[in-house]
Amino acid sequence: MTLLQFRPPPSTEDPESDTPNRRRPVTKADVMEAGYAALAAVVGAGLLRVVFGWTGVMGTAVTAYLLFLVAFYLLQRDGASDESAIDRLVTVAIWSAGCMVVALLVWMLGFLLIKGLPDLRPSFFTEDLKGHGPLNPGGGARAAIIGTFEQVGLATLVVVPIAVMTAIYLHELKGRLARPTRFIIDAMSGLPSIVAGLLVFTVWVESHGFSGVSGSAALVVLMLPTVTRTSEEILRTIPDSLREASLALGAPQWRVIVRVVLPTALAGLVTAVILGIARAVGETAPMLLTAFGSNNTNVNILHGPQSDLPLFAYSLIRLPSKAQNDRAWTGALVLVILVLVLFVTARLVSNLSQRKLGRGR
Amino acid sequence: MTPETLDDTPVRPETPLRGPDKVFRQLATAAAGVSFVIVGLTIFFLVDGSRAAFRSTGIINFFTRSVWQPSIGKFGAFGLLIGTIIIATIALIVAIPLAVAMALFINEYAPRVIRRPMTSIIDLLAALPSLLFGMWGKFALQDRMVPVAKWLSQHLSFLIFFRLTRPGVSLVESSMIAGFVVGIMIVPIITSVSRDVMAQVPREQCEGALALGGTRWGMIRSVILPFGRSGIVGATLLGFGRALGETIAVTLILASPVVKSNIHVLQAGAGTIAAQIADEFGTASTLERSALVAAGLALFLLTLVVNLAARSIVKRSSRLA
Repeated sequence: MTLLQFRPPPSTEDPESDTPNRRRPVTKADVMEAGYAALAAVVGAGLLRVVFGWTGVMGTAVTAYLLFLVAFYLLQRDGASDESAIDRLVTVAIWSAGCMVVALLVWMLGFLLIKGLPDLRPSFFTEDLKGHGPLNPGGGARAAIIGTFEQVGLATLVVVPIAVMTAIYLHELKGRLARPTRFIIDAMSGLPSIVAGLLVFTVWVESHGFSGVSGSAALVVLMLPTVTRTSEEILRTIPDSLREASLALGAPQWRVIVRVVLPTALAGLVTAVILGIARAVGETAPMLLTAFGSNNTNVNILHGPQSDLPLFAYSLIRLPSKAQNDRAWTGALVLVILVLVLFVTARLVSNLSQRKLGRGR
Repeated sequence: MTPETLDDTPVRPETPLRGPDKVFRQLATAAAGVSFVIVGLTIFFLVDGSRAAFRSTGIINFFTRSVWQPSIGKFGAFGLLIGTIIIATIALIVAIPLAVAMALFINEYAPRVIRRPMTSIIDLLAALPSLLFGMWGKFALQDRMVPVAKWLSQHLSFLIFFRLTRPGVSLVESSMIAGFVVGIMIVPIITSVSRDVMAQVPREQCEGALALGGTRWGMIRSVILPFGRSGIVGATLLGFGRALGETIAVTLILASPVVKSNIHVLQAGAGTIAAQIADEFGTASTLERSALVAAGLALFLLTLVVNLAARSIVKRSSRLA
């Protein structure tokens, strides 16, 4: 086992650097050990599978992984101290956790793509479900897409001024009620989305009937705490010297905020709002109790049940018919694409703002 | 003097505010007041809306029995409450190791190049709609979990949770599968909050541990984890709060919630408050709606307590830094 016992000293790539170099280079021996362990794990799991007659892919994978960890630990223990063997074992476990999260994301998005892509035709955006029964193909999400844009758009228009002004109150004006307000926002941020739906239902829908605007109201309740909190974080990053310089020039506080602080924070605030929208677009639970959903296109947000993309997908996926489920998957795909576009936009804007403020993190 | 109190010290101008400044301040105060109004409305209307159900069935009965018979006006949310807690607990069992490992991975293990992409992936996972998790859990994950559930029920049936009430019972639509999916959904919040706390460990202490000859895991175990413990606890509580209120993913997987409490997590038939509301509300009568509002009130108070506790723990632990 001489090969396994040889450990080259850690290389120092950049002697000038202050950051400690903790990474041991991966040697050929490491790769071989991992290979042996993997081989042992596959053979072991295969044997167990044959002997006990297991059929599940998941179970076999879990067993193989556990066997791999054991084999890897034993191989390491053979060549080094217990302490460093455990260290390497943990390194492998933590790397596999990282890989697992990525794999889950890829699995989920890949599955969605496979299920949803075949039905994604242009007519999906121009037709609604009226007259398209559970067995015939065709029909689309026009009603849902219109509803989503109206409901989320209205909610955003309401949330942005309130959230930004609250953030200004908390961080710029530092009003007397700052502490209780933070407490209330903390309390609101944990509100289950279905409870927001119940709230709007008992306040408004029970007496006035389902409508798109009540869906917007539920979204406002859900978006307000997150957007407020992130906006406040953004305001915190603006250096005080900017405020002090403009106050020293004799500007009143409101002009300092409107002309200096907000323009500097703009990109960050836009990021906060876009991320808030990305969250709100996918909300399903409160919509069940407020917008309710509809097969027909209802452009009037103020009156009558209105569909949106999450409701469209949710109601169709629960039906037993395959044609309906296919539509649901396509609806979910459109929804996730929308979320991804918003997410990437938010990232781009936030990168832009960081470059402007000269902070590379 | 902690940074938190420093930050909150109000700047009181010595001269009274003049015209526009005063208006601006009033506007901002009004905006801050909106949150108070919303929380006030929530408590008032949920209490008001649940009165009819409490009157018909009695408050104590409502929280100690497991029945749902709208036709005779008898309701009891005990089973749903237990179901909610069981599923959220399973979610935590899945999420804690994965999320803490992920936080350590991003903070300590990942090469610089993939650190930012990994953070983005966690943020993306948090932004994906719960609908997608539910659909994936029902159509992609569930069938693959059934053999695992079967194995657990055969070999670990000495644990009452893994026992089946009768042989051959259906193993889909179970608490375990719902809990598993919710667990994946709460990984991002636990990861990002505990990551923030663990990133505040003084770097000299880490370097000291390494300089004394400790391995990287030795350093994590003796410096980072003790330092970040309360942050991880707070993050876990936040995740627990999310898991309690998760609706759509659970409703899709459980298909139709069952109100009777079921501690056998591997077999079909479970329910949570949120799933019951989402599933029944559309077709409910006025009295049943009131019962659902009452259940929602219980859920609201439960998540409120959990969340405020979590927030105060997280705040205290990051103030220590």
